[in-house]
Amino acid sequence: MRDKSGSSLGQDAWMRLRKNRMALLSLFILGGILLVSLLGPLVCPYEYDRQDLDRTFEGPGADHWFGTDNLGRDLFARTSFGGRISLAVGILATLVSLVIGVSYGMISGYVGGRPDAWMMRAVDVLYSLPFTIFVILLMVLFGRNFLLLFLAIGAVEWLTMARITRAQTMHLKQAEFVEAARALGYSHARILFHHLLPNLIGPIIVYATLTVPAVMLLEAVLSFLGLGVQAPMSSWGSLIKEGAEKMDAAPWLLLFPGAFFCLALLALNFIGDGLRDAFDPKSSKE
Amino acid sequence: MKKFALQRLLQAIPTLWVIATLTFFMTRFAPGGPFDSEKAIPEEIKVKLESHFGLDRPLFEQYLLYLQNLLQGDLGPSFKYPGWEVSELIATAFPVSLALGVLSLGIALLIGMPAGILAALRQNSWLDYLPMSLSMIGICLPTFVLGPMLVFVLSSQLDLFPPLGWYGPSDWALPSLTLGLFYAAYVARLTRAGMLETLKQDYVRTARAKGASTWRVVTRHALRGGLLPVVTFLGPAFAGLISGSFVIESIFFIPGLGKFFVTAAFNRDYTMVLGTVLFYASLIILLNLLVDLLQAWLDPKARQAA
Repeated sequence: MRDKSGSSLGQDAWMRLRKNRMALLSLFILGGILLVSLLGPLVCPYEYDRQDLDRTFEGPGADHWFGTDNLGRDLFARTSFGGRISLAVGILATLVSLVIGVSYGMISGYVGGRPDAWMMRAVDVLYSLPFTIFVILLMVLFGRNFLLLFLAIGAVEWLTMARITRAQTMHLKQAEFVEAARALGYSHARILFHHLLPNLIGPIIVYATLTVPAVMLLEAVLSFLGLGVQAPMSSWGSLIKEGAEKMDAAPWLLLFPGAFFCLALLALNFIGDGLRDAFDPKSSKE
Repeated sequence: MKKFALQRLLQAIPTLWVIATLTFFMTRFAPGGPFDSEKAIPEEIKVKLESHFGLDRPLFEQYLLYLQNLLQGDLGPSFKYPGWEVSELIATAFPVSLALGVLSLGIALLIGMPAGILAALRQNSWLDYLPMSLSMIGICLPTFVLGPMLVFVLSSQLDLFPPLGWYGPSDWALPSLTLGLFYAAYVARLTRAGMLETLKQDYVRTARAKGASTWRVVTRHALRGGLLPVVTFLGPAFAGLISGSFVIESIFFIPGLGKFFVTAAFNRDYTMVLGTVLFYASLIILLNLLVDLLQAWLDPKARQAA
């Protein structure tokens, strides 16, 4: 065995993650997708919203790498630009849900007792609400507001995060280092942020990685129903919608955005699973 | 058990009240109203319409009136479908969504459970790897990608099924397959995990040692415990089926409740939106309760906790 002295939790996790071939492959795939999304619009000679009515429904070729749509817009430019939007929604909404969920769960678990019981009861009640329906309703009623999209999705996804954080906090609260910190007379805020939070990072990262694809899926559903990103802007969801409508004339319109979207989801899920095994080897599946 | 079910049903009342209140004020504070159409209606007709539906009264009075009617089981008249009660509209549209949901769930269980059981029995063989890789892809292939692809291959190219509509059994195939395959992927993974767990238990080993056949071990001993994760998943799955059916109904032009709901929200058909949301919420609460009861029946430990 390797000498373990001096290797942090993060380094340990990274060592284990590197041995997981699927997770590593997924990291490379996700890196590629990120690269295409970030650099694609810069490299591509066409703007995502430039129409060219002489060259509609052109198949993939040397000029238009992914072909063009019904208005002659370059699909590569639209797919890579859409990737930016989809990934940004995924990451930002996850952050929103993270901030809400982690603080709620930490407070609930740390305080304990009756407030904890009430707070978790509230989470249980919220769990039974038809949230997707609410998000759809919100988007229909108040227009396709981007900020609202983040808030709505973030507000939906924080519940599980709160439960996970609470369970971990309850467990850690009894640890000796917390007792020591309390004996030293540290404030509650300091114990929460300096002592408990760093120990929660593992499960938080794991669950956040799994939340990003869930959020992207929800965004895509909204865009597919015509409630998300509006033309001429694009997200993978809205591109898939357009592609599905024109599939018989131009199958590539569905194929490319669909492939990017599914690959990103697949990679994120594998990375999340790999991270879970890496941070908590005991939980690893057979 | 009866007490537990009754308690849960009582708890549903405040939940439904919160939902009703939230939805009521959300719809009212949104810009636009049910009678603001592109075609300008004469002002006096609009005023008459609004007073007919009580929209000219103070908002809070409308709210109390709505709750009062709700307590008597009256969801009110639809604003956009003249002469129709909201409950009548739901009664026409919901059976379509229900059929879609039941068919999809049936497909999911029929494909997912055997695949999961087989994978658990032959762990780490190709019978395990192949279905599990397929199910991972299935989970990441959302219905709105899978659906159009199935239409393209099975309808446009092979001409096996009609691409859209909801008239006869041949129309049912593609939508339920699309939604069902997505859930089959989850069911297969959960069945496998649950079966692996139970197959290791002592009582299963005992049954094996007594010479029971694999078939008997699986069906009589292991399956009951092994299906627990699947049953737990059914709760969220029902909720997912409902929102999933929104997408499916929009892909295949199916006149289900999801389509009515989105249209109603666009049209600011207040009563219809409220009625649909409350209907969905009650449905989810009821199904969750059913799942919990099923869980208690399968798992003696949970029965004691309940």
